[in-house]
Amino acid sequence: MNKTKAAIAGLALAVSAVVAQAGEVEVLHYWTSGGEAKSVAVLKDLLTKEGHDWKDFAVAGGAGEAAMTVLKSRAVSGNAPAAAQMKGLDIQEWADLGFLADLDGVAKKADWDKLLPSVVSDIMKYEGKYVAVPVNVHRVNWLWANPEAFKKAGVAIPTTWADMIAAGPKLKAAGIIPLAHGGQAWQDATLFEAIALGMGGSEFYTKAFVKHDDATLRSAKMIDIFKTFKATRDLIDADSPGRDWNIATSMVINGTAAMQVMGDWAKGEFTAAGKVPGKDFVCAPAPQTEHQYTFNIDSFALFNLKSDDAKEAQNTLARLIMEPKFQETFNLNKGSIPVRQGMDETPFDSCAKLSMADFSGTAKTGDLVPSFAHGMATTSSALGAISDVVTNFFNSEQTAEVAVEKLANAVKASM
Amino acid sequence: MANKRPFTDMLADSMPKLVLAPSFLIVMVCIYGYILWTAALSFTKSRMLPQWKFVGFDQYTKLMNNDRWAVSTENLIIFGGLFILICLALGIIMAIMLDQKIRQEGFLRTIYLYPMAISFIVTGTAWKWLLNPSLGIQKIVRDWGFTDFTFDWLVNSQMVVFCLVIAAVWQSSGFVMALFLAGLRGVDQEMIKAAQLDGATLPTIYRRIILPSLKPVFFSAFVILSHIAIKSFDLVTALTGGGPGYSSDLPANFMYAHAFTRSQMGLGAASGMVMLGGVLAILIPYLYSELRGKKQ
Repeated sequence: MNKTKAAIAGLALAVSAVVAQAGEVEVLHYWTSGGEAKSVAVLKDLLTKEGHDWKDFAVAGGAGEAAMTVLKSRAVSGNAPAAAQMKGLDIQEWADLGFLADLDGVAKKADWDKLLPSVVSDIMKYEGKYVAVPVNVHRVNWLWANPEAFKKAGVAIPTTWADMIAAGPKLKAAGIIPLAHGGQAWQDATLFEAIALGMGGSEFYTKAFVKHDDATLRSAKMIDIFKTFKATRDLIDADSPGRDWNIATSMVINGTAAMQVMGDWAKGEFTAAGKVPGKDFVCAPAPQTEHQYTFNIDSFALFNLKSDDAKEAQNTLARLIMEPKFQETFNLNKGSIPVRQGMDETPFDSCAKLSMADFSGTAKTGDLVPSFAHGMATTSSALGAISDVVTNFFNSEQTAEVAVEKLANAVKASM
Repeated sequence: MANKRPFTDMLADSMPKLVLAPSFLIVMVCIYGYILWTAALSFTKSRMLPQWKFVGFDQYTKLMNNDRWAVSTENLIIFGGLFILICLALGIIMAIMLDQKIRQEGFLRTIYLYPMAISFIVTGTAWKWLLNPSLGIQKIVRDWGFTDFTFDWLVNSQMVVFCLVIAAVWQSSGFVMALFLAGLRGVDQEMIKAAQLDGATLPTIYRRIILPSLKPVFFSAFVILSHIAIKSFDLVTALTGGGPGYSSDLPANFMYAHAFTRSQMGLGAASGMVMLGGVLAILIPYLYSELRGKKQ
């Protein structure tokens, strides 16, 4: 009797000791679709193995818009989650308001500065200190092509924008829609961004969409870019307005359309349909951007917490996200590539390998640029202003000259 | 002792006030309080979160120079005007038809009223499919053999606002019909009989007696429809997503986008105040005429 009592008491002590150490991290994210949810579960497992509790706080919808609204009300009421999925310049805005936690302890220990290209770590830092941790890298300037469709029309997969426009009539004659596209503002901006980067080059792109240099925004080159952008309108079928990106991707998969300009999340659609990269579909850099790379990085911003246990758990989360095990499993599930440099490439497919090689390659040459269409380059208000002009130009009879004028004015007004 | 009122009496007297107090307080804070708060915000440079740096009418100037705002207000005028007119016209025609003592009236009434039970999101999604050129009406008619038939308003930035009108009218005209039907049932039958004895024809009776007596119904229907039009947000989101481009944006969508997703809370608040102004411009004359009417 006494022995059992002692055993129970011992057990209780042991349990309470564990409880005292274990912290809880509440993680706000909007990865709710099949593949994404699986990717998040990886992180949750790793964290629970370290003895901490994961409190899931998923808010679906609107590419994170709904999640951001919830986050604002939680943060203002002094009840922020431990970590929230957040991108690009939003991190700076939150840090500027004093909400984010200093991660330099974790970052120094694991030497994040060595593991991340400086373009990336700059986004994660506020006043030189890490406040967020990157999860993955999506390349946005991809061209997804159906080689069968090109063979049928007797044209080559275009490597310049002029080639692409020239290939239009031949593809149409073969009964194929040349370019699959969904007429939503962000998709219009994604296409525009690829054209601007290809025709203007990395320096021009950075000046216009990161630094918002007025002269660059009004330049003759910009007018040319808008003209090419409008010319691609003829490659797209009339029913595109409102179409979701994955519907457009499925048009390329089943051969009704020949190609699509879209980030590498489109790869998931191809592989889910049982297609093999290099054989059933081709992934190539968007025309004229072979040696350039627009990145779209998902990251978690970590919020200031009060209790030490929770802080401990939060630091563990940040450390785990940057560790190779998570970077590999997560990105294999999600279709993106690890943000951590020097990872083993073998488990990844050919598209991801190309992306990984170009990512580290362009990081050295300065051709690694943030995607403005996906909120990596500029504030949400400037992004909104640019994409309003771009999408309106694309869907109306406006001339390129007028659009460029409006672009420069709208960017100035959004500052 | 006799003139001291019992406690229960006093309680009974103050009961209505006590019961109403919580809801009165909630309305004061959550509606009027937040209207004032939004008004204050619209004069600040608030971006992602409220910031109390006052900048005067800057946000309003920005708003007036914003192309997207101009498109959305123009859309509201077209959409609101057509939506209200067509709903009123269809509603009254259907009500008069149903009022002819026909068989199965209850059944027909339910059919016409039923769309009102659906949310605008469902209406918008269903009409998105119906109006899609390669999926809906255009495809059906072309499959019937009329290969030149074109009905592509949904993807045409000049015509897309009329798609909003079609879907909204489909949803709301039955409700207007029900309002008018109730009004028609309330018309004094004696008057109609007297007119018939005087030899008035049916159209004359409707024009001279019945429709004029429906004036209050017209007013209520107008006010209800106009605020449905101004607050329309879900319909645009589901039917067009604001596209092509932003050609089918309405002010409510503009306000949401700027206040909540684009970190331009000040501008969003300013657009909200302009919308409130629009509502007041309709409501105040209405309330004025209503209240004055009661006094007489």
